[in-house]
Amino acid sequence: MVRFLLSRVLVLIPTFIGVSIVAFAFIRLLPGDPVQMLAGERVVDPQRHAAIMHQLGFDRPLVMQYLSYLWNLLHGDFGTSIVTKRGVITEFFTLFPATLELSLCAIVIAVLLGVPAGVFAAVKRGSWFDQSVMGAALVGYSMPIFWWGLLLIILFSGILQWTPVSGRISLLYYFPQVTGFMLIDSLLSGQKGAFGSAVSHLILPSIVLATIPLAVIARQTRSAMLEVLGEDYVRTAKAKGLGRSRVVGVHALRNALIPVVTTIGLQVGVLMAGAILTETIFSWPGIGKWMVDSVFRRDYPVVQGGLLLIAMIIMVVNLAVDLLYGVINPRVRAR
Amino acid sequence: MPLLSLSNLAVTFDTASGPFKAVDGVDITVEAGEVLGIVGESGSGKSVAMLGLMGLLPPSATVTADEIAFEGRDMRAMSGRERRKIIGKDIAMIFQEPVASLNPCFTVGFQIKEALRAHTDLDRKGRHHRAVELLTAVGIPDPERRLSAFPHQMSGGMSQRVMIAMATACRPKLLIADEPTTALDVTIQAQILDLLIDLQKERGMGMILITHDMGVIAETAERVIVQYAGQQVERQRVATLFDAPHHPYTSALLAAIPERSTGRRLPTIPGVVPGQGDRPDGCLFNPRCPKADDLCRSVMPHRQTAGLGEALCHYPLNPLVV
Repeated sequence: MVRFLLSRVLVLIPTFIGVSIVAFAFIRLLPGDPVQMLAGERVVDPQRHAAIMHQLGFDRPLVMQYLSYLWNLLHGDFGTSIVTKRGVITEFFTLFPATLELSLCAIVIAVLLGVPAGVFAAVKRGSWFDQSVMGAALVGYSMPIFWWGLLLIILFSGILQWTPVSGRISLLYYFPQVTGFMLIDSLLSGQKGAFGSAVSHLILPSIVLATIPLAVIARQTRSAMLEVLGEDYVRTAKAKGLGRSRVVGVHALRNALIPVVTTIGLQVGVLMAGAILTETIFSWPGIGKWMVDSVFRRDYPVVQGGLLLIAMIIMVVNLAVDLLYGVINPRVRAR
Repeated sequence: MPLLSLSNLAVTFDTASGPFKAVDGVDITVEAGEVLGIVGESGSGKSVAMLGLMGLLPPSATVTADEIAFEGRDMRAMSGRERRKIIGKDIAMIFQEPVASLNPCFTVGFQIKEALRAHTDLDRKGRHHRAVELLTAVGIPDPERRLSAFPHQMSGGMSQRVMIAMATACRPKLLIADEPTTALDVTIQAQILDLLIDLQKERGMGMILITHDMGVIAETAERVIVQYAGQQVERQRVATLFDAPHHPYTSALLAAIPERSTGRRLPTIPGVVPGQGDRPDGCLFNPRCPKADDLCRSVMPHRQTAGLGEALCHYPLNPLVV
């Protein structure tokens, strides 16, 4: 077990270096630089421009810039935002709870709806339920996420006026951040209506973000379930005289979940990518929106550091999924 | 009253190229404590008939029968819930592939106790005791520890012993063993067979033993049904079957037993069991039968009398000398 964990952690090192190179190079490939972007439409005096670039260290050779960046990283220094002058780490962890709250809600929706939908579709294979679920999954998977988000905003916020258009909570409420999770903080604040407001703000972005993972999980569950339902041990369970719900819900589902858990783990990457679009559409103050804004500002340290931190989270989640594997699949459990 | 009585059981599969009758006109009676053998090649519908009885076939299969009675109770009229009170309790089944038949995600103990929980009033402790007892009865050493083992930690023979323990957990009155030794090593086969027979004698269970091994039938069964292409072609007592088979197919099966073969080469039956697409007219065995004539190729034979093994043949062998 310790060896397994160690080997998996060792693999993270080259991945980490690779991601740092990509993040470093990617933002510099974009035309323009932070000073030009800060100046906006005003023309910057070339001398002043050069002076600021020198001051920020962006006039050095790229290799030198990268090596000193890497050196700072090894010391736990992710750099400072050019625009806000605050540490990248500080900004990240201020905004991360918002993204985490949104992502958790999305994955919970995706799993709670996707797994049962896939199971029933498999059990009732070929039925109208199966066909409509799989049709809906195909549509959900194929739909551009920003367009889907806009459609929902037009319907629920525009026409029906059921939900707010953007943000995390109504401006009427103000309370200190304790956990960073708006749902929890609003409850802790004890202010009347705060929790309801937080929920109504969260619901549309969660649905939008959950759409693709939901479609993928439903399809994966269905196909895993169909395979498992034909296995001999399912027949054995039936031969014991067990009820249908026990045969499907215990004997078949437990085996079908093995590939589904892998899929759920992989969806974390999709969630992070989706969060960037979703947060932008709904003005959700999380790291997705932060990354987009920083790219537009050419805030090199923030983009580099943010990408690296997001990549690390995805890697850690995938590691956790691998460990979870042993729990649900005794065949890979360490003896 | 027989323990189990089936008459005119048929199983039809709904396939892409139309309906396919895998089992046709199967009659079976089993008395309490009796061992009935069913033999035939692969594809002769032996397993399908029994799976149909147990309700274990996929939805594409339709099971029909004039009678399916267990201890006189008509199982056709029962609801799913009522059937499940008999299936797994009074009628249990073990399968050909023991390793694949155990759920890889659950311990042996969980899977045995689950059967007990479904059909008995035993409490947690009682179930545990009974599970240990069962593993001991099927000859598994260190049963306490084995209860927490997962199927992948066991060999094929061990897995089949566990399957037997599970099937006999609720003291069934009828055990259906579907080629229980086919997937096992030759050395293990005899052990498993001995175990089954011992348990059967000890508990007075009725048993239906499906096999394609005539030798196994000779050692264990009292009556035998020979099945070919979904039909029962001969029904006889084992004592007389080996000396006087009445159907040419039975005779060919007997000739193919290595121990009985006399020539230098082991006789075989040319050809294969007809499938969905190549069903012949007349007697289904006629393309492979050395004695087939025009009658056999055009007219489906009637069942002969009991004295002729109830053979489904126009020209039964070894006719009685009057």
